[in-house]
Amino acid sequence: MIEVDVKLKIGAFSLDIAFSNKANVTALFGRSGSGKSVTLNIIAGLMKPDSGYVRLDGEPLVDVEAGVFVPVSRRRIGLVFQESNLFPHLTVKQNLLYGRWFAPRGARRIDFDAVVETLGIGQLLSRPPARLSGGEKQRVAIGRALLSCPRLLLFDEPLASLDMERKLEIMPLIERIRDEFKVPIVYVSHAVEEVVRLAPCVVIIESGRVKFIGDPAIVLSRLESAPAEDRFELSSVLTARVDRESNGYGLTALKHPAGTIWLAGPAGPVGNEVRVVVKATDVVLSLARPEEISSRSLLSGTVANIKLDGPLATVEIELSENNYLLSMITKGALEELSLKPGSPVYALFKSAALDERSLGVRKVEEMTAPPAKADAGAAQAAFKDA
Amino acid sequence: MLDLWPSALVELTPDEWTAIWLSLKIATVATLASLPLGIFAAYLLARSQFPGKTLVNGLVHLPLVLPPVVTGFVLLLLLGRKGLIGAYLAEIGIVFSFRWTGAAVACAVMGFPLMVRAMRLSFESIDRRLELASETLGANRLWTFFMVTLPLSTPGVIVGSIMAFAKALGEFGATITFVSNIPGETRTISAAIYSYTQVPGGDENALRLTLVSVFIALFALVASEIIQWRAEKRLGSVE
Repeated sequence: MIEVDVKLKIGAFSLDIAFSNKANVTALFGRSGSGKSVTLNIIAGLMKPDSGYVRLDGEPLVDVEAGVFVPVSRRRIGLVFQESNLFPHLTVKQNLLYGRWFAPRGARRIDFDAVVETLGIGQLLSRPPARLSGGEKQRVAIGRALLSCPRLLLFDEPLASLDMERKLEIMPLIERIRDEFKVPIVYVSHAVEEVVRLAPCVVIIESGRVKFIGDPAIVLSRLESAPAEDRFELSSVLTARVDRESNGYGLTALKHPAGTIWLAGPAGPVGNEVRVVVKATDVVLSLARPEEISSRSLLSGTVANIKLDGPLATVEIELSENNYLLSMITKGALEELSLKPGSPVYALFKSAALDERSLGVRKVEEMTAPPAKADAGAAQAAFKDA
Repeated sequence: MLDLWPSALVELTPDEWTAIWLSLKIATVATLASLPLGIFAAYLLARSQFPGKTLVNGLVHLPLVLPPVVTGFVLLLLLGRKGLIGAYLAEIGIVFSFRWTGAAVACAVMGFPLMVRAMRLSFESIDRRLELASETLGANRLWTFFMVTLPLSTPGVIVGSIMAFAKALGEFGATITFVSNIPGETRTISAAIYSYTQVPGGDENALRLTLVSVFIALFALVASEIIQWRAEKRLGSVE
C-alpha cells in the first residue's frame, strides 16, 4: 500500500500529487516534464517535498508536517534508473550483492540464485560492467535493486534507452519480478505498451497534477484523460479474449464485445485475456459495414465524444460499456460522414499495425483472483483536484 | 675539474646517502600524513556548499602562490618553539623546529594545494548518480564514500599523492626557513645541493645529488603512470 500526497515548487514548476494504491504495480504516466520523475525522486528520498507525506504500508517515509524524513539509505527502496548506473569498479556479482550487504539480516528474503536465474545473468557474474551490452547492464541493474530486498521497487523509464528488441527481452523479466518476488512496484513511463502490460493501475500526471487514476485500459482510452505528447502516441487499449488460436494464416482471433480483432501472431491459449494497444492514427471509421477491404479487424460502436484539433479531429467511440476506442481522422472526413455524438460507426484497423509482441496477457488461471484496484477514495480526491 | 666518470658518479659519500635517505623519509611522511586531510579537504570542496568555502579554498591554495620563504616564516611563527601553537606543543613534548618532522610539516603544507587540486578534480568528475544508486541500495553517506566515491577517484588520489611527494622532494624555501639546514636532521637533497654549491669544490657532489634527484623524480613519475594506468583499467575506462 503506497500513499502519496506531496507538494513541491521548483522554480516555475509546481508539483501537487496525491494518489494511493494497493495494487502490486502503480504506473506513473505522463509526458516528459510532467513531474513523474520528480514524484519518483520524492518517494525514493532523493528530493524533499515542501509539504505532504509519502507512506509505505502506513509507515511514513517523509512527512513534512510531522517532521519525519527517512534518509535514502534507510528507506529500503530499490531504484532502477534509465541508465543502469552500475559501479564500474566492481564485478557484476559484487554489484548484485552490494545492496544485500546493507539490508538487515532478517530482511534478506530474496534469493541470490533465483534472481540470477530469473534475469539470465549467470554467465556475466565475473565480468566488469564495462564489458556488458546495454540490455545486460539493465538486467544487472534490476537484479541489484531487487537483491537489496527492497520494500518497494521504483523504475524510472528503465527501458527508455534500449532498442525494441531489448525492451521485449526485459519487459517479461519485470513481469516475472512482479509475480514471483512479490515486491510492489512504482513504474514511471511514457510508453503506453509498458504501462498496459505491467500495471493494473495507472496515475496520469500532467503539468505536476494528477489528472486521472485507474485501470489503464479505461483511463488511456478516454478522450478526457488520454495524455498525448503528439498524435502518434495517442492510443487506446482494448481488452479481449483469445477466441481461436490460429486460422491457418497464423492469425489469432480475439473476441471483443464489439467484434473480432485479428492479431498477427500467437497470444497464448484460448480464454487468455489480452490487452491490445491500438494507435488512434491507425483507426479508420466507416458508416456502412465495409466489404472487400484488406483491414481484418472490425468493431462497431457509437460516437461518444469529438475533440477538434486544427485540421484533425479525435473521435471517441464507445464500443461497449466502459470500452472506448480513439480514432484520429481529418476534420473534412468528420463533416462528410456528419459524425456527432450518438452516431453509429464501424471502426477498422489493420492487424499489421498491432504489435503482438508487447501484448499485455493475463493467463486464464490468474483471472480467478480479483483484479487489484486503485483506491477509489483517493482516485476521487484526485479527480476533484484535477 | 669535474670527474664525469660513472664510477665517480655512482659512489656516494655517507653525507650524500644521509641526505637522500632523509629526503625520501621526509617526503613519504609528509605525503602519507597529509593524505587523509587532503582527501577530506578535496571532498569538502568538491561536494559541499558551506559558508566560508571561498576562504577555505583560499587558505588551501595559499602556499601555492606565496613565496616559499613566507610560508616557512609563517610556519616558524606558528609552530616554532616560541610560536603561537608551537609553545603549547613544546609543553607536551612536540617540537617541530629544527627537526626532520618540521621539514615534513613544511613539505606537507607546500604540497597540500597540489594534492587537493588533483583529488578535487577527480571527485568532481565522479557521476553523482552512482553515489545516489549506492544510497538507494542502503549505504549511508560514509559507506558510499568508502565503497564508491573513494575507489572511483583512486587515479586522482594517486596523482595528487605523487604531486605532493614530488613537491616534497624538491621543497627548499619553506623548509630551510622553518627548520634550517642541519646535516643529518633537516639537510635534504635540495638543501645539500645548495650547500655544496656554496663551498669551493662542491660541484662534483652537487652533480651527483642532482643525478640522484633526477632518477628519483623519473622513478616516481613512471611508477605513478603505471599505478594510474592499472587503476583506470580496473575502472573500465581503458580496455
